[in-house]
Amino acid sequence: MILAWIIGLLMGGGLLVLLLGQWNKTLPRWITLYVLFAGFIALVSLWIEHYPGFNLPTSNNWIVEYRQEWIPALGISFHLAIDGLSLLLLVLTFFLGILAVLCSWNDVKERVGFYHFNLLWILAGISGVFMAADMFLFYFFWEVMLIPMYFLIGIWGSENRVYAAYKFFIFTQASGLLMLLAILGLYFIHGRNTGIYTFNYFELLGTVIPPDIAFWLMLGFMIAFVVKLPIVPFHTWLPDAHSEAPTAGSLILAGLLLKTGAYGILRFVLPLFPGAARELAPWAMLLGVIGIIYGAILAYSQTDLKRLVAYTSVSHMGFVMLGIFAFNELALQGVVVQLVTHAISTGGLFIMAGMLKERLHTRDINQMGGLWSQMPQMGAVAMLLAMASLGLPGLGNFIAEFLILLGAFKANVWLSIIATIGLIFSAIYALRIVQKVFLGPSERSDYVPDFSWREIAIMAVLTLSIVWMGLYPQPLMSTAKPTINELEKFFPTENRSMQKVK
Amino acid sequence: MSDYDFVALMPLLLLAGSSVLIMLLISIKLSHRTIQLSSLLLFIVAFSALFFIQKLLPYSIEPLLIIDGFSVFIMGLIIFSSLVVNIFSYIYFEEKEESPKEYYVLLFLCTLGACVLAVSKHFISLFLGLEILTVGLYALIAYLRARHHNIEAGIKYLVLAAFSSAFLLFGMALIYLESGSMEFSAIARKLHLIQSLSPLFLTGLGMMLVGIGFKLAIVPFHMWTADVYQGAPTPVTAFIATASKGGVLAVLFRFFVLIDGYRFKVVMLILIGIAIASMVIGNLLALQQKNVKRILAYSSIAHLGYLLVAFIPGSILSIQAFCFYLMAYLMTTLTAFGVITILSNKENDAEDIESYKALFWQHPVLACIFSAALLSLAGLPLTVGFIGKFYILAAGFQAGFLVTVLILVISSVIGLYYYLRIITTMFAGRQGLLPEEKKAHPVFYMISVLVLSVLTLLILWFGVYPSGLMHLIKDFQIK
Repeated sequence: MILAWIIGLLMGGGLLVLLLGQWNKTLPRWITLYVLFAGFIALVSLWIEHYPGFNLPTSNNWIVEYRQEWIPALGISFHLAIDGLSLLLLVLTFFLGILAVLCSWNDVKERVGFYHFNLLWILAGISGVFMAADMFLFYFFWEVMLIPMYFLIGIWGSENRVYAAYKFFIFTQASGLLMLLAILGLYFIHGRNTGIYTFNYFELLGTVIPPDIAFWLMLGFMIAFVVKLPIVPFHTWLPDAHSEAPTAGSLILAGLLLKTGAYGILRFVLPLFPGAARELAPWAMLLGVIGIIYGAILAYSQTDLKRLVAYTSVSHMGFVMLGIFAFNELALQGVVVQLVTHAISTGGLFIMAGMLKERLHTRDINQMGGLWSQMPQMGAVAMLLAMASLGLPGLGNFIAEFLILLGAFKANVWLSIIATIGLIFSAIYALRIVQKVFLGPSERSDYVPDFSWREIAIMAVLTLSIVWMGLYPQPLMSTAKPTINELEKFFPTENRSMQKVK
Repeated sequence: MSDYDFVALMPLLLLAGSSVLIMLLISIKLSHRTIQLSSLLLFIVAFSALFFIQKLLPYSIEPLLIIDGFSVFIMGLIIFSSLVVNIFSYIYFEEKEESPKEYYVLLFLCTLGACVLAVSKHFISLFLGLEILTVGLYALIAYLRARHHNIEAGIKYLVLAAFSSAFLLFGMALIYLESGSMEFSAIARKLHLIQSLSPLFLTGLGMMLVGIGFKLAIVPFHMWTADVYQGAPTPVTAFIATASKGGVLAVLFRFFVLIDGYRFKVVMLILIGIAIASMVIGNLLALQQKNVKRILAYSSIAHLGYLLVAFIPGSILSIQAFCFYLMAYLMTTLTAFGVITILSNKENDAEDIESYKALFWQHPVLACIFSAALLSLAGLPLTVGFIGKFYILAAGFQAGFLVTVLILVISSVIGLYYYLRIITTMFAGRQGLLPEEKKAHPVFYMISVLVLSVLTLLILWFGVYPSGLMHLIKDFQIK
């Protein structure tokens, strides 16, 4: 029931904010903040309650489940269920949601109600995606988050916003419809096999699908997830959408929307089509590695700060792809940690870019430089986030990338060696950010204010969590462990045999 | 005729009687407002008569008409559409130069024609219904006869509709020649004995398809659509896009299911070809349009293609998908045209896409309604259009028509672009071009906005909770 309440809270809060926004400009911010805080606290308490470290492991790794008939004629139910992985991502969703409200506190001055409505509905869609245990419902939420995101980019974005919004929308919608076809295919195959026509994820899990059809169905799912993730060559919407979106939009895009793609692969592609996924694995890993290198090189050559950070996302998501298709516990643990740490480090960099834009009215890093002397606090935080992004030990991303590379090494030695080279590129682009923006000769003489209290609070939370994850990532890993062990069951011999062969 | 016949025919009789009654009311020189309100009342009476005859179903009046669950559903959609069109008509026609009163007589006649189509199971009643519908439409399209666009649209429609009726008649004659009957089920019995179609029969079917295709505006018979949609008064456009298409589609569906056209490969291939061409060409042509009415015209071509995709499998799911999508399409289209009607002024319709600039900030309610309608046409979740499209995809997938399903998906992605373009225009800029709210007829303005809001709520409600509607159409059978 708590799951349905969370969705209801977000959607209802959105409507309330939309109505109140007609009369008042500050109330919507506070209500949104309050709604997100309430959800965040509820989820954290749920997490503590079910934290595997405190409790005896139970046989069922689904923590909470809620089911209500929705369209019984077609076997569709309003079915939500979460396990450790979903719980982690849900907590992350609310965490970044709060930051998104905070970082656009002074940024958005017009149509405040509609803005926060969109924000809350995007988060509702994302939370729904992380909770849905019914394929139809999953698709439903998958699409629900698109429209408000489209508005967010299209109304509050920067100059080229309309183009970016179109591109984002059409890319994701097209790939999503292919997934819908695959879902329908799965539905009818399962129905014909068993006589039960249902979209229930748990019942569809064991569907026996002829291998050649399974491959096509899996491709339908994969395309949707890979576009969202994104993996080269489906990434072209990402730099545009990220750089044109308002700060909160970029934060949610990078921190959460991309994660839905990875979540989809983990939750649906691997368990539903284990055989086909195994066939795809070498290619998927190859694409992941290409993404790592390509994203890093392109990031290096950008002059637009937000575009630069956007391309680092492509690079980081390449690691995710590499890790997922290595099919072993180490790599999958790395993937989960990577999802969370990337959200925080890249989200932090986007917030930073937003703050710089607010002050300097430009995103061009050639017009920045020497800002450290004027903004030592921001410089220090930027240094830390850039170090996190390049994978410095002691910060979260290091743990993630290290685990992924370890796991991938077992599956495919050469690809992981090439991926490791990608880390060198990441050092180059991360240092370039710091060098170009904060060090070097100063480009401007006018006064640029350093952090305000609100900004200090945002950055403090971000830096603390990234350091925490670098030093003690165990809570993340223990929470996700049951899910990962469950996933491993679909590939029982895979990692072991790989170990022997290589 | 027995008493039961009278009861079963009640909705049709009421519609026919209403047109006479309105004519009498006009002759005693009542005001526009009175006439509008009384015709609204009569539409409501005709609509509620549909509930009254539920107990009799299925009831056939030999040899012309059949009244069953399916036809009552379609009649309900048609009368409801006309009712909504009727409400929007007041503020549109009140300011125009023509006397608006006879308009309502014609509206009743057209509705009657469309309803006759929905219940017919015989060529004679089919043709009668179609002619009542189209003859009424000739006058309705050219109603504002001093305006160039109206006259142009009227003449275009007149020539093409007359032409297509001739095709239809010739096709019927050929089929009659082969089968010796004009009743659908008798033709079906005759057809049942043969394995493949004779050339004469096929020609007959083909000619009928040309005739019907023109009325439905499916590719390649779509040339008139954009001009007529643009030229006709907006409420009339709404009627053409909804009620008239609903009736023609229903009779096409019934005819095809009864004669079991699914057995014949050639016919199926032609239908699939038409469906694919309509979806792709409709959506492609809409991309570059700058006129909202024209965009909606081309999008209606595409939507007819989607409906054909639902129609092609011929399964139980296919009837359901067809009914559901038709309902979704009608509601959504009515809403979209309703917004255009309300925003139109004395001289011009609000058809230029530029005139929607900044609508979001000027008329937030109307803009939200219009966006909901457009998103539903585009088939995005939370709207009824999504469930409808999902239904069609399921029906197509179940029967294994993968090509049509795939093309539906691809073309609807193309379609997304122009719907988004309108929405983007609505929130672009700060200062709108449209005049401030109409103060001339505040009561009718409020009523129209209220009706639009209710329609929008229905669009959203059925998009989130479609079970009730699905339950309603679950048991429809045509045979």
